[in-house]
Amino acid sequence: MEFIYYFGEVFTPISFGLLLIGTIGGLILGATPGLSPTMAVALLIPFTFQLEPAQGLILLGAAYTSTVAGGAVSAILLKIPGAPANIATTLDGHTMAQQGRGAEALQLSFLASLVGGLFGVFLLIFLSPLLSKAALAFGPSELFWLAILGVTIIGSLDSNSVVKGLLSGAIGMWLATIGFDDIMGAQRFIFHPALGGGINIIAALIGLFAIPQVITMFAKGRISVDAEIIKIEKHSILDAIREISRRTRALSIGTAVGSIIGLIPGVGGQIAGLVAYDQSKKFSREGHKFGTGHSEGVIAAESANNAMVGPSLVPLLTLSIPGSPTAAVLLGGLLIHGIFPGSDLFENNPEVAWTFIDSMLIGQVLMAIFGLYIASFAARVARVPQSVMAAIVLGLAVFGSYSVQSSMGDVYVMATLGIGMYFLERFGFSAAPLVLGLILGPIAEANFIQGSMIANATDGKLPYFFTGNLNVVLIAIVVLSIAYSAWMELRTRNTTPQAGASS
Amino acid sequence: MKMSKLSHVLSSGAIAAVGLYVAYVSYTQQPADAFLFPRLISTVFVALALWTFGKAVMGLSKTGEGVSAASLRRMLPGLVVSCIYVFWAAKSLGFYTATAIAFFVLLSIYDPKPHTEVKSWGKRVIITAGFIAVMYGLFALLLKVYTPREIFF
Repeated sequence: MEFIYYFGEVFTPISFGLLLIGTIGGLILGATPGLSPTMAVALLIPFTFQLEPAQGLILLGAAYTSTVAGGAVSAILLKIPGAPANIATTLDGHTMAQQGRGAEALQLSFLASLVGGLFGVFLLIFLSPLLSKAALAFGPSELFWLAILGVTIIGSLDSNSVVKGLLSGAIGMWLATIGFDDIMGAQRFIFHPALGGGINIIAALIGLFAIPQVITMFAKGRISVDAEIIKIEKHSILDAIREISRRTRALSIGTAVGSIIGLIPGVGGQIAGLVAYDQSKKFSREGHKFGTGHSEGVIAAESANNAMVGPSLVPLLTLSIPGSPTAAVLLGGLLIHGIFPGSDLFENNPEVAWTFIDSMLIGQVLMAIFGLYIASFAARVARVPQSVMAAIVLGLAVFGSYSVQSSMGDVYVMATLGIGMYFLERFGFSAAPLVLGLILGPIAEANFIQGSMIANATDGKLPYFFTGNLNVVLIAIVVLSIAYSAWMELRTRNTTPQAGASS
Repeated sequence: MKMSKLSHVLSSGAIAAVGLYVAYVSYTQQPADAFLFPRLISTVFVALALWTFGKAVMGLSKTGEGVSAASLRRMLPGLVVSCIYVFWAAKSLGFYTATAIAFFVLLSIYDPKPHTEVKSWGKRVIITAGFIAVMYGLFALLLKVYTPREIFF
């Protein structure tokens, strides 16, 4: 119950102000198609440099939470999901809006997000200390395998091709080795003076997540957002509360599915929303109404994609293994403040960890309150032409990456990685494993070197890294995640031509 | 849209070439201890890259949409302007000047509003000025980031 002691920290004027800015800004950014939650959080990191670590995290956490929920606004009012996590919301949400029930859909969406989000954060509160105690048993070999697991699990689950996903992870880990070696001081892969200090993680994150989206907007050419905003009529919030309390089945399924999926590294909100929608439809007495503007569809999808936010941070805060690309960006935000998450985070920096988590609880409530009031404004922002959006994101990316160390080298690195990532994505590679490789590479290397030293003084590398219960379990999960994804990929390939033939 | 076999071969071939170079550097550079981890990573990198390349050569690669000629034509002006902005203008002309020019040019290229309307041009100028004012307020005044000013501002 330690989290209760730090609630006061959230209500200091600066912290609460940042929470409000992050929440309102996140709702507007989330409603904007093309601006993913990960990109929004990455672009916000430079604004946290001058803040205290806990305050910086409050801003980033609020933005993460509310961008996921804000995506529902454009999904419901414009039929354009703000983020992949909101795809399932369009199915019933937009139909409700077309039927003149837009306000009801938005109210249900934010109330469901609130319930799911609160449950997810409570899961984070209760699981993190338990897991961080268990993490004390981890030595260098286990931490090495854990870092490898973080990359392989996202590489295999987040990509359409297992091999390309794993290759993206390997490229990220190689990029992490660029610069001076920490132990020997040797130069490694320094092709340009800008790389002397290695690849700055914040500049890289901004480039990898923002620039591909800018180029994607360029590739669409001169297009305007033709989607018409459906007018929001008045609807009593009490009726919405009554409706959601009648739909506890959809709410429970969405919350449970989102929480479980959030705990699995690499499986994002998009899947959480769609799986929850599908399961609710199966278990509903009114399954036939799904897709026709049925409230359960909105409730299940939105409770799921917000329930996954809290649990997705459990591996980050306890094992320093980010479970999602957005968690990886948050790790970058922690590292620039000199805070290393892991087993001792809750002992060494309890004020940072608990204030951040508490702010996420308060943030969920603020998100629900403000979401309802600024929905129509956010939907108008979502109609801003892509040309304006692309130019704004490019400008923010350049200024943001420069402000990390006041170095033009970081701007060059940001742009080069971003342009490269756009083409890699077009060729079937994925940014998430590459980012995880880049972030977890130094953790894997440090523990590999430390483990090698211990191994040389004891039984040798092979027994040290490949024996011991924890090592064996972690290696087994690495192998199983790759094997499962490869099997799923083969199964999809074998069934797709048949489906195509039969149709 | 599905990628052609040639696109798969060229893209995976380029990545395999990078992988081989990384492996070559990792296994030949000294001190060996500093390259212990890069050797491990580059071995995996090369193995996976060659696997991908082999699949592409055999025509078994399926993922990826590639870049169509039409979207390449649409993105190229924006990409060129962005590269000039990032790699030359920002440092040489000054951050705010370069950002204002790049922002206005990008807006002019991609704005769906007609280029013949005076009103649209006025709107673009106002949006650009507003954006630069916000960036100046955020970075110069709030965050106190000293950006290169060079010959202009």
